[in-house]
Amino acid sequence: MKIVVDLTRCQGYAQCAFAAPDVFTMRGDEALLYHPDPDDTERARIVRAAAACPVQAILLEREGAGQRQPGAGAQGAGPGPDEALKRTGRIVIVGASLGGLRAGLMLRREGFTGSLTVIGDEPYPPYDRPPLSKQVLVGQVPGRRTTLPRRDEVDAQWRLGVAATGLDLTGKQVRLADGEQVGFDRLLIATGVRARPWPNEAEAGLDGLFALRTPVDADGFQQRLAAGPGLVLVIGAGFTGSEVASACRELDVPVTVVERGAAPLVGALGAVIGGIAAQLQRDNGVDLRCGVQVEALEGDGSGRLRRARLSDGSTLDVDVAVAALGSIRNVEWLEGSGLAAGEWGVACDAGCRAFDINGVVTDDVFVAGDVARFPHPLYDYQFLALEHWGNAVTQAGVAAHNMVSAQGERWPHLALPEFWSTQFGTEIKSVGVPTHADQVVIAQGSVPDRRFVAAYGYRGRITAAVAFNQSKWLEFYAALINRAAPFPPSFRTVDQPSDGHPVAAEVPDRPTPEATVVVTGHRPSERRATFVGKTYL
Amino acid sequence: MTDISTAPSSVWQQILDHSSRADPYPLYAELRKTPVVRAEDGSYVVSTYREIVTLLHDPRLSSNPRNIPELTDALAQAPDGGPPPLPPNVIQTDPPEHDRIRRLLTWNFGPPHCPGRVDSMLPTMAEIVTSEIDELAVDERSGTTRFDIVDDFAYPFPVTVICRLLGVPREDEPRFQALSDALITAGEPTSGGIVERRRRADIALADLGQYFTGLLDARRGEPGDDLLSELLSGDGPETPLTREEVLSNAALLLVAGHETTVNLITNGMLTLLRHPRVLDRLRRGDEPDLVVRVVEELLRYEPPVQFLQNRNALDDIEVAGTTIPKGTPVTLVLAAGSRDPDVVPDPDRFDPDREHNEHMGFGGGVHYCFGAPLARPETQIALTELARRLENPRLIDDPPPYRSNPFLRGPRHLLVAIDGVNPAHRRPS
Repeated sequence: MKIVVDLTRCQGYAQCAFAAPDVFTMRGDEALLYHPDPDDTERARIVRAAAACPVQAILLEREGAGQRQPGAGAQGAGPGPDEALKRTGRIVIVGASLGGLRAGLMLRREGFTGSLTVIGDEPYPPYDRPPLSKQVLVGQVPGRRTTLPRRDEVDAQWRLGVAATGLDLTGKQVRLADGEQVGFDRLLIATGVRARPWPNEAEAGLDGLFALRTPVDADGFQQRLAAGPGLVLVIGAGFTGSEVASACRELDVPVTVVERGAAPLVGALGAVIGGIAAQLQRDNGVDLRCGVQVEALEGDGSGRLRRARLSDGSTLDVDVAVAALGSIRNVEWLEGSGLAAGEWGVACDAGCRAFDINGVVTDDVFVAGDVARFPHPLYDYQFLALEHWGNAVTQAGVAAHNMVSAQGERWPHLALPEFWSTQFGTEIKSVGVPTHADQVVIAQGSVPDRRFVAAYGYRGRITAAVAFNQSKWLEFYAALINRAAPFPPSFRTVDQPSDGHPVAAEVPDRPTPEATVVVTGHRPSERRATFVGKTYL
Repeated sequence: MTDISTAPSSVWQQILDHSSRADPYPLYAELRKTPVVRAEDGSYVVSTYREIVTLLHDPRLSSNPRNIPELTDALAQAPDGGPPPLPPNVIQTDPPEHDRIRRLLTWNFGPPHCPGRVDSMLPTMAEIVTSEIDELAVDERSGTTRFDIVDDFAYPFPVTVICRLLGVPREDEPRFQALSDALITAGEPTSGGIVERRRRADIALADLGQYFTGLLDARRGEPGDDLLSELLSGDGPETPLTREEVLSNAALLLVAGHETTVNLITNGMLTLLRHPRVLDRLRRGDEPDLVVRVVEELLRYEPPVQFLQNRNALDDIEVAGTTIPKGTPVTLVLAAGSRDPDVVPDPDRFDPDREHNEHMGFGGGVHYCFGAPLARPETQIALTELARRLENPRLIDDPPPYRSNPFLRGPRHLLVAIDGVNPAHRRPS
């Protein structure tokens, strides 16, 4: 029985863990780890658990799935071009992961009755990735059992294991790796990202070096973990690296984390809160080394990883390592398509419509999820690229709605960015954009107790909040961010911290990308943007 | 039905009045027209869904009565005579105190340390329900064809469960029932000013604490496998609750554990009898998940806790265009919010087949009902068995007589006539 929990919504009430304790388990006060594909014998308990969720965050496979339920939109407005599209149009979704699945479900709920094709380069039906660095690694569930529920309700033609290799905007065709072409009236690009590989190709092939992105990756690494390695090396202390370290410690496996930045999670949370995450790691027995890089990985004669050489001159004897180096956006297939696609992702407007290379919005190509880059009014209309589970869900929903809606009925994707990470028995949750900040203050709770809310501010207004095991308060801070409330917050609350003074947030400088586009021409009719050089990694 | 146009007092006063107890919902609809309203006693009453949810997560709202200026002074003086007052319990405290107490109470009750405890109680709950309905069958054979859902079933069942969990002797019921009644009555909003109510409630709590002192003494050196013994021994990683804190919170759990679920079960049976098609579906038993949805819908439609009246503003709080001033008591009308048509489609319809039911029956935020994991399966089991075993149940009084309390709202009695009682049939859980 497939289930998925929207952990963006989850506030750690633990009602599911009371009702179905073998399926939903709490780590510490708020962090939930669940089995995404539990045995059918648990069904009655799971139904009770889902009903009991105070924020209704648990989604189950429905009984009698496959029977499409016509949505409210099915009886929509009178005939017109949009209505014809809704009835008999052809929609293609490239990307068969969370975003692609949710977009498909939304299209059907909106009353789209035309043909729907979902194309995915991986051979598996849509699966959930967050468990791969958590439940899967501690052995709670195999990586291949993280398939997402409700795929049958999409009623689509699933082209799995076939990559899209090109896009013809004029002819409205998606080219596939097997040579076939699929025509569309509307296209959704949801190709996401992949793990950034270890940069040295020879070293990348060493047996024992893992990336963590797919079920195969996770199962392979889990087997090594279960075998009880002498030491695991984690390269990079972003969210994935930190969660891998947490899983190692839960299994009592020694782990060294090497992070070139000043602290773990520094790219997402800044060095001040990252410093608290560092303490969390060390409290749990992680050998954390910040400001250090892995310069080389060395193998033995049979190609097995044996040693890592670090930039501080030290070496580590390791036979298992995880490269958690962030991600690369899957945009190569769009090369030459004329869309504004590059290593930063595929740019789109707040209505999820893709921009062409000139920055002109297209009418029938939409983008959602990790690969999208969109302007957000709350952040000075800067373009955000969010690799967040919750963003994939909401943006895919907005994109799907807009794909089958008339201009006046379209929605802007203005959701506040939100993400979470479960590590070391702590639920770390964030709302807003913590890197869009110059200052940070502990607004509630206690840092030594690892239960607090930190508020981030930029030029005197609140822009983000991060909670460690205090997620029930985040709605309040989200509302403050939405209305650009003053920073630092000056009101009296429960659980006021002893150290409530704003300090510099120490967020990384926003990267200045190398020039990828130049603009040519003098008169307005001549001005065109052009790519310079290769547009992706 | 109250005629609003000629009523002399405010809508809120009418809601508190006993005459509106049977159906306060039209008045709640009236109340929602002003989402945040100042009541006669100076407190602020919030009745719309979004505003209540917002406030449940607003850290400027305190549950500590000592933050209300009137109470700060009054509570500083010890009451005359009687047992010494107990330290604040989990619903009278704010984080970090609240979080600490709640963690320690949860340690032996649920996840992360005892995740399977409630689940392991389900067979016991089913046995208790079966035997109580069996007793009705005996009465029925002796010629009785009517009984009181409250006294004969909905009250004794959760009391038995909470007694077993805590380790309170069931035969002490007359004693703790009187103490509990005193506490509930003390808190009634119509029974005097805020200081007077608080004082009476504190005395009633202290009396309950005295009762628990005896139970705690009996455990000294002889701990049982009950929650009281476990709270005392404190086997968790943190400093355990003090003895006084155990007394204070055990008293709360006993009261909360049997003053609320009785109403949920009784409201449930009443609602099912008013919606015979749903009752019939439950009786047929071919929709195993139906009772789960029925209980959630009951928590929305007829919640046993109609409002929370123990909050106060630590700072000026602007909600829906109204500023609740610092130091003011705040009442959150959960039952009105769960029927807010701006959020819940067709809210006055009892519809267990709702696609999305995010009700406020157990509150929300850090003070989310501690006993919810117990109340839900209790009510699911109770309604399932009542629906299956009672033959042709009929309401004798509709509406039934109600208890006076407006926030722990429920029928005093619910007389039901039956044609017979079907035998129990065991089924796999």
